[in-house]
Amino acid sequence: MQQLQDIKLSEIDAGVLTITLNRPDAYNALRNQLLMELADVLDQVADNDEVKAVLVTGGDKVFAAGADIKEMAALDAVGMLSDKRPTYWKRIAAFPKPLIAAVNGYALGGGCELVMHCDIVIAGDNAQFGQPEINLGIIPGAGGTQRLIRTVGKSMAMQLVLSGTFISAEQAREFGLVSEVVIPERTLERARQLATTIASKPPVAVRLAKEVLLKAFDTTLDSGLNLERKAFTLLAATEDRNEGIAAFMEKRKPNFTGK
Amino acid sequence: MAYQNIEFEITDGVAVLTLNRPDSLNSFNADMHAEVRNALKEVKKSDQVRCLLITGNGRGFCAGQDLSDRNVAPGAEMPNLGESIEKNYNPMIRTINSLEMPVICAVNGVAAGAGANIAFACDIVLAAKSASFIQAFCKIGLVPDSGGTYTLPRLVGQARAMGLAMLGDKIKAEQAEQWGMIWKAVDDEALKDEALALAKQLATQPTKGLALIKRAINASWNNSFDEQLDLERDLQTLAGRTEDYREGVAAFMEKRQPNFKGK
Repeated sequence: MQQLQDIKLSEIDAGVLTITLNRPDAYNALRNQLLMELADVLDQVADNDEVKAVLVTGGDKVFAAGADIKEMAALDAVGMLSDKRPTYWKRIAAFPKPLIAAVNGYALGGGCELVMHCDIVIAGDNAQFGQPEINLGIIPGAGGTQRLIRTVGKSMAMQLVLSGTFISAEQAREFGLVSEVVIPERTLERARQLATTIASKPPVAVRLAKEVLLKAFDTTLDSGLNLERKAFTLLAATEDRNEGIAAFMEKRKPNFTGK
Repeated sequence: MAYQNIEFEITDGVAVLTLNRPDSLNSFNADMHAEVRNALKEVKKSDQVRCLLITGNGRGFCAGQDLSDRNVAPGAEMPNLGESIEKNYNPMIRTINSLEMPVICAVNGVAAGAGANIAFACDIVLAAKSASFIQAFCKIGLVPDSGGTYTLPRLVGQARAMGLAMLGDKIKAEQAEQWGMIWKAVDDEALKDEALALAKQLATQPTKGLALIKRAINASWNNSFDEQLDLERDLQTLAGRTEDYREGVAAFMEKRQPNFKGK
């Protein structure tokens, strides 16, 4: 792996890798370099059996305040057409393991879209979410219009995207963008707790559950149920399923191997 | 910033903010708002300050908004009161509420309108026995602001809050104490000394811990029981990591006075 500039990686702890967005001087603005590093790291740990879940955070003060406007301003329509950013986002979205966001402070524009690429979001009560692109004469370009409307519903998605105003962590929780709100000093700790819990579950089941859950966004109920059944059936072929059921019957702790 | 409409001083960990337009019962105009905003910013920034004391000069504490500052002449365009609240009163109340230290209010005389509700936004309120509280808003067709409609029912219950807000009756300090609106009514001549002594004493206490207590009690109004228990767990985790906790336990074991740093 090349030297990381814009993100920091933790040691893998109990199956959890923590990625910290690390451009404090730029409010963690998501420039190309940062997104590329994020996509590269996720690609790599996708194949690393030691990593069972990944935590993404911006630290105590800010998650990510948006894209790097200077970088974007330099591109005309033709330049935009061959922009690499969508490919990075696609790779982040394709990450097959649980991705958990710990959000303190601003998660705006691309930062809010990164939040929506994560599977579970824990927010500090100082967090603010928004898609202020409209103020610049542009619109969200990394799923903000699509994932947001599927997550918070039409009226709130329209409000955020069309007005560019922000919502609080508490509102974000009410609308389903965030699953838990805690005090900012506890955000990372709580997200890590959750990631560790998930990391202790049978990995194949976790992976298939994530895949099937995400399908709910873009398929019919019937196809979704079909897919769920297939995944359910496939799990019957895993050792962990036998172990999980046996441990339950024998009233002991299961010992999952990922097979 | 040189202050004209307030006095502001920091001594021994205590910041004293004195509203100082005695001729108009310390009512707020735009300049006074700007000065209070600035002083509160200093309190927030300073790592010296561990307690804020708010009081007033002259015979009143604060008569709320200076109405001569408001244009309501017949035929003139109606003023946008929401704007002044958004810009002036709400940020002030939010800051007092979120300051990570105890905020004491020494109500030295009449506290009317926003003046009363600023006092109620503070953590511990002492009032001179001759002081009084009036929700004057209803008499001019307005709604209690500066948090009044939030704090009043929580301080005195729905029935009394409605009565106070709709009738605009004057409540004397001793009755305010009986009703639980304030911490204590004291003799007029003792108010200043007692409030300052309390502020100085609090400024030697575990400030971080007190700030967490403030946060927890304020949050309880919006939380369910379950959420509040979780919050207590989280805040206790933080409190247990402070130097003052270690010092407090050590001093207790060694049977000596603790020396708290506020960290």
